[in-house]
Amino acid sequence: MKVSELKELIGAVSLTPEVSEDREVTCGYTCDLLSWVMAHGDEGMAWVTVQTHLNVIAVAVLSDMACVILPEDIRMEEEPLQKARDEGMVVLTTKLTAFEICGKLAAAEIPGKAIG
Amino acid sequence: MDALIVNTYPVTARDYTSAGHASADIKRRLKQLGVGGDVLRRVAVASYEVELNLVIHSDGGRLELQVFPDRVQLTSSDVGPGIPDLALAMREGWSTANDEARSLGFGAGMGLPNMKRNADDFDIQSEVGKGTTITMGFRLQ
Repeated sequence: MKVSELKELIGAVSLTPEVSEDREVTCGYTCDLLSWVMAHGDEGMAWVTVQTHLNVIAVAVLSDMACVILPEDIRMEEEPLQKARDEGMVVLTTKLTAFEICGKLAAAEIPGKAIG
Repeated sequence: MDALIVNTYPVTARDYTSAGHASADIKRRLKQLGVGGDVLRRVAVASYEVELNLVIHSDGGRLELQVFPDRVQLTSSDVGPGIPDLALAMREGWSTANDEARSLGFGAGMGLPNMKRNADDFDIQSEVGKGTTITMGFRLQ
């Protein structure tokens, strides 16, 4: 599933519309402890978090994730969004809760860990 | 063997805004050299963890990148405070991070174990009152 399709699936809008949504999502994850995510992040991951500071983008980029998803209509400040644009990282926001987002991703057969 | 690239990044204690700049530059440089895939990802994760540790725990320090034809070496050295119990510090879930770091989502006690997991070689030396030095090696073949 591409990021653009995932966006439709969870009724999200992109906070970084300049960034391509063509990337393939390999797996999903939710956690707000950044150091925990660093240990479990994966290439192509769609990461659901309520954290919105600069380091969120750094973690997503360093783990080579596909996108960051903010639940419950949470917004991000311009500074991290600018960094996301600079680094080519998609940031989505949706009305759904983290639980509901993960439910939809799991129902669409997106695994919790990248395969292979 | 001489290093192809040597670069040093000063890291400021408690500067959460700049945290990640050194690791982002390290990743960029390695990418330019044609390093990719699993090794690039492991170096990126380990360098970010060690950079964050300098920001959260140290009194200031530096991160050094050395690239050899067959390996990448990262060396983190700081000016204190040093780690009293290394075995405890290496344990997953153990953290002495303060409230500020925890409010940003750090301090899960995963940093050092995660560095060890991602590097091919990992060494840590620490002396209370002096400082800590971490050396990590990554094979390129």
